[in-house]
Amino acid sequence: MITTKNLSKRYGDKLAVDDLTFSVSPGEVLGFLGANGAGKSTTMRMIAGFVAPSAGAVTVCGHDIEREPVAAKSRMGYLPEGAPSYGEMTVDEFLEFVADIRGLTGARRRERRGIVIERLALAPVIEQVIETLSKGFRRRVGLAQALIHDPQVLILDEPTDGLDPNQKHEVRRLINELSKDKLVIVSTHILEEVHEVCTRAIIIADGRIVADETPSALESRSRYHHAVSLRFERPEQMKEAQREIAALPEVAEVESDERELRLTAVPRAGKNALPGVSAIIVRHDWQVPELHLESGRLDEVFRTLTQPPARAASNVGGMQT
Amino acid sequence: MVVFRRELRSYFATPLAYVFIVIYLVLAAVFTFQLGGLLERGQADLQPFFRWHPWLYLVLIPAISMRLWAEERNSGSIELLMTLPITLWQAVVGKFLAAWSFAGVALALTFPIWITVNYLGKPDNGAIVAAYVGSFLMAGGYLSIGMCLSAATRNQVIAFITAALVGFIFLLAGYPVVLDFVRGVLPQALVDGIASLSFFTHFEAISKGVIDLRDLVYFAALIGFWLAATALVLDMKKAE
Repeated sequence: MITTKNLSKRYGDKLAVDDLTFSVSPGEVLGFLGANGAGKSTTMRMIAGFVAPSAGAVTVCGHDIEREPVAAKSRMGYLPEGAPSYGEMTVDEFLEFVADIRGLTGARRRERRGIVIERLALAPVIEQVIETLSKGFRRRVGLAQALIHDPQVLILDEPTDGLDPNQKHEVRRLINELSKDKLVIVSTHILEEVHEVCTRAIIIADGRIVADETPSALESRSRYHHAVSLRFERPEQMKEAQREIAALPEVAEVESDERELRLTAVPRAGKNALPGVSAIIVRHDWQVPELHLESGRLDEVFRTLTQPPARAASNVGGMQT
Repeated sequence: MVVFRRELRSYFATPLAYVFIVIYLVLAAVFTFQLGGLLERGQADLQPFFRWHPWLYLVLIPAISMRLWAEERNSGSIELLMTLPITLWQAVVGKFLAAWSFAGVALALTFPIWITVNYLGKPDNGAIVAAYVGSFLMAGGYLSIGMCLSAATRNQVIAFITAALVGFIFLLAGYPVVLDFVRGVLPQALVDGIASLSFFTHFEAISKGVIDLRDLVYFAALIGFWLAATALVLDMKKAE
């Protein structure tokens, strides 16, 4: 269990984190989202005990991070942003060092060491000096370090940054497995990750929480929630369909993509556009290779929540998905 | 202690440590034989050797201490170290003891000079042991200053220069030339106070062969003060 209470951090005149209060329970995977500089890393650093809050408190498994730092830290595994480690050490020496500090001994130590090496596929580089490793391996060494003592609480600051798609997949699978009995906080700016691993997402902008709900609830905030997306085989069919769909009373707007011959019908709030759209297709007897109901677009929700409205409109496609 | 072992091992993981020891030994030999005239003096003691230690350390100890925290801050590994379940004090003391042991190894490797004077004559070996102890304590003093300044920056060059500068002040404060100069403007009690803060005064006393409790207390207090200052600097950086 982690709770933060009125957590704030001030750097000079700038309020990097502004009065965050939330709690996370075991079994939850909390995705921490925000644009660069929104205060994600600062918040995670305060939870991990690296940065002292200007105001407010963090409690990890009942231990206040400022008053009982060793007790709190021993229950946490932390992967700092950029996965720093001691470059001059070999992977093996580094893991032994962390195992020593974490007080792992005997059979359990051998077992845990074996598990993290296997799960993170570190065996081929175990004798290599860390600074000679690729970015992906370094990230995995950082993850191994955070997991070696089988902590109840995991704080991972951008765990998949710099990994290739296969490695990303592997790390997400690992997080999903861990989440059965642990509490995980993951910061990321990769939105697809939220859907794959998180049970809950907090979006922060300018140091404040602007959303705190499940990924599906976030998606339902999207204007594309329940939008009908369909693709045509011929451009003239698309043109005609666009006219007719736009005339439906339940449709607010129709967007078209000339290159892919795709239409997206955005419904009015609370309405369902699918029956009307299907009726039009059936009437014309068009062959439609693709037709589906969208659940919502996280990147669009993210943009609306983290940017002032004027900029959001002119900056379509600026966010990585 | 775990931090101590890791740090000490990291010194010897790079060729830098060996380069450092070689430079130290060469400089020590040059000072002793060329400038100190150990052989020409015709006296079987190691005064010409130890006399130069305060100056040798002034340049070489900051080279050890500069990386202690600045490197961790620069590479980001400090974030890892500070979020592991150890106290700040354990990290500070572990690092200090590792650096001090390393300096001790370098100092111990000057033993051929000791053997040389024993071969050539009959020195007072008790006094030599005392001088070695004094030199080791002085190295600890320089290191603790350098460590504190290293904690204040992420730039190793700045850590080196400031450590050498503060070390220089602590050294000069005991030199008669400087003391004579300030004696003209300050009351005697204050002058004595300044002198008693200097490495030089206390090292000089021990290297004459007398290990006085006051000199030991001085070095212990000096090191303790700068280690506490290091912890304070790190704590302030955390809250910054």
